[in-house]
Amino acid sequence: MEGIYAFCVGLLTACGIFLTLRGRSFSVVIGLTLLSYAVNLFLFASGRLKLNAAAVLGQSEQYSDPLPQALVLTAIVIGFAMTAFAVILAMRARADLGNDHVDGTLPSNNEDSQRSGGQH
Amino acid sequence: MQHLSIFPILIPLLFGAIMLLPPISRELQSQRISAIIGTLFLLISSATLLITVDQEGTQLYALGGWQAPFGIALVADRVSSLLVLLTSFIAFAIMLFAISGKDKGGAYFHPLFMFQVMGINGAFLTGDIFNLFVFFEVLLIASYALLLHAGGKQKTQSAMHYVLLNLVGSSLFLFGLGILYGTLGTLNMADMAIKIGQLEGETTTIAKTGALLLLIVFGLKAAMLPMHFWLPRTYASASAPVAALFSIMTKVGIYSIFRVYTVIFGDEAGELANIAQNWLWPLALLTIAAGSIGAFASPNLKTLNANLVIVSSGSLLVCAALNSEGATSAALYYMVHSTLASAGLFLLADIIARQRGKAEDRIVHSRPFSQPRLIGFAFALSAMTLIGMPPLSGFVGKIMILQATQSMAQTLWIWPLIIISSLAALIALSRAGTTFFWRHNGSPSTDDIAAKPTEIAGIALLILASPLLVLFGGELSEFTQQAANHLHSIQSSAYSLLPGVTP
Repeated sequence: MEGIYAFCVGLLTACGIFLTLRGRSFSVVIGLTLLSYAVNLFLFASGRLKLNAAAVLGQSEQYSDPLPQALVLTAIVIGFAMTAFAVILAMRARADLGNDHVDGTLPSNNEDSQRSGGQH
Repeated sequence: MQHLSIFPILIPLLFGAIMLLPPISRELQSQRISAIIGTLFLLISSATLLITVDQEGTQLYALGGWQAPFGIALVADRVSSLLVLLTSFIAFAIMLFAISGKDKGGAYFHPLFMFQVMGINGAFLTGDIFNLFVFFEVLLIASYALLLHAGGKQKTQSAMHYVLLNLVGSSLFLFGLGILYGTLGTLNMADMAIKIGQLEGETTTIAKTGALLLLIVFGLKAAMLPMHFWLPRTYASASAPVAALFSIMTKVGIYSIFRVYTVIFGDEAGELANIAQNWLWPLALLTIAAGSIGAFASPNLKTLNANLVIVSSGSLLVCAALNSEGATSAALYYMVHSTLASAGLFLLADIIARQRGKAEDRIVHSRPFSQPRLIGFAFALSAMTLIGMPPLSGFVGKIMILQATQSMAQTLWIWPLIIISSLAALIALSRAGTTFFWRHNGSPSTDDIAAKPTEIAGIALLILASPLLVLFGGELSEFTQQAANHLHSIQSSAYSLLPGVTP
């Protein structure tokens, strides 16, 4: 179980980092969302993975650590608010600056301007 | 008073919330009055907290009555209460400046300002590292919105970088915290400091990864070298009161570095003792160099001041790298000085930009000022403070840093860099000053753009604090010495904060 879990977190992080390094604000926001999923799973695992272990005393033989669950809850709420803000800001930037590049200007070489299609 | 340590968080929260409710939220005038009353209350309670801490020692406040390490504790020691007082003081001065018109550019300026002050104070006061993350997010989300205050293309562009970088930073922060919680089983900073020394084998390596991830996050906030590129543009594009308030934000990063790498990963951390210092050394020195080069290349006064903020961050990181009581004490004094001085110059830059018409604060020939004496005097004073000229606080701060070096190698690296960076600031600021005040064409503007009384009062509070820091330098440096002593002794900064735990 640990292996699959670690692989999933790693894959999400890798995709998140790749997308965050892209130039368009949409893929950057998606990348940030994937990063925050990865971080939530990672925080959850910091209390160790256990099966059949409720986070309540006396309900089962083993019990799991409740603190990481509280931390994940906080991280989800904050991450959600921040993503919402980033989306609104990206839309505002698209309206103010006329393109969706994170730098506010499109790179000027030919290859890129072909790829960006009829945005000029 | 028992609840004194939570007041610096509660007062801005309550005033911010009240200002969002109907009777006050409708009128700008009543928002301004309540903002001034709020920051004044904050200033009084922070000053009381500082005096109480000085007389009675560290104040431990268990939120909800849950004892540390199980609950979240607020720790008001000498370091945090000094910085809370500094925050409250600049918040009051900036609010005085803002109420004369700068707050009109967008909605909710005053509540956001209050929430950001709440986040900053919370970050200074908390004794729990996850709570530190939460307060970081509180101050960040308020700062995102404040940065966009009054709108404009430039602001959107720089806000985009600032927001995205900080969101990545928050993710890294959580990764670091997850690793540290997984290895140590606690998030209370005092408890972590005690448990870190007991780690063995592979867990040490994992904990080291977490610790260095946190260094990246704090470095991003503090504008440490590879992560400083966002700062000049962000600070230069923000409106004056916001930029001035941001001048304490890099100090939150520096404070966290001191708190985490002196207390938790300090001398007592076993295998992980002083892990950050090796990284801090080159980065701090390069940060000073990068800031100085940026200061030469700055086309306008705000960017110039933002680059000087990077230089001061670098100087503070040097103190963190030196890792001795003397250096920490110097850092605390320098932190107070540089926050006040750069906040003052950001506000002054706005007045300068307003009186020069289209040239704004760009360093080019333009029309003369309508109040040349007042503005010239204020500019000279604040420039001298920032450079570190003898009678003012920058000089004392820099001397304290230079004196804190111990070995020959340290002296050879730090002295030339700090002195050359002062020279760079001297050249850049005198170039700006001579262009602004002595090279004119045309006649002064006839529009009514004179500095208003509250604006002058706000700037005066910030700039005249510098001579006061020198006059009361003895008391202040004694205080920072005690604060540094507290931070470096694991007995006072960890064991005494956990009831029932003894070495």
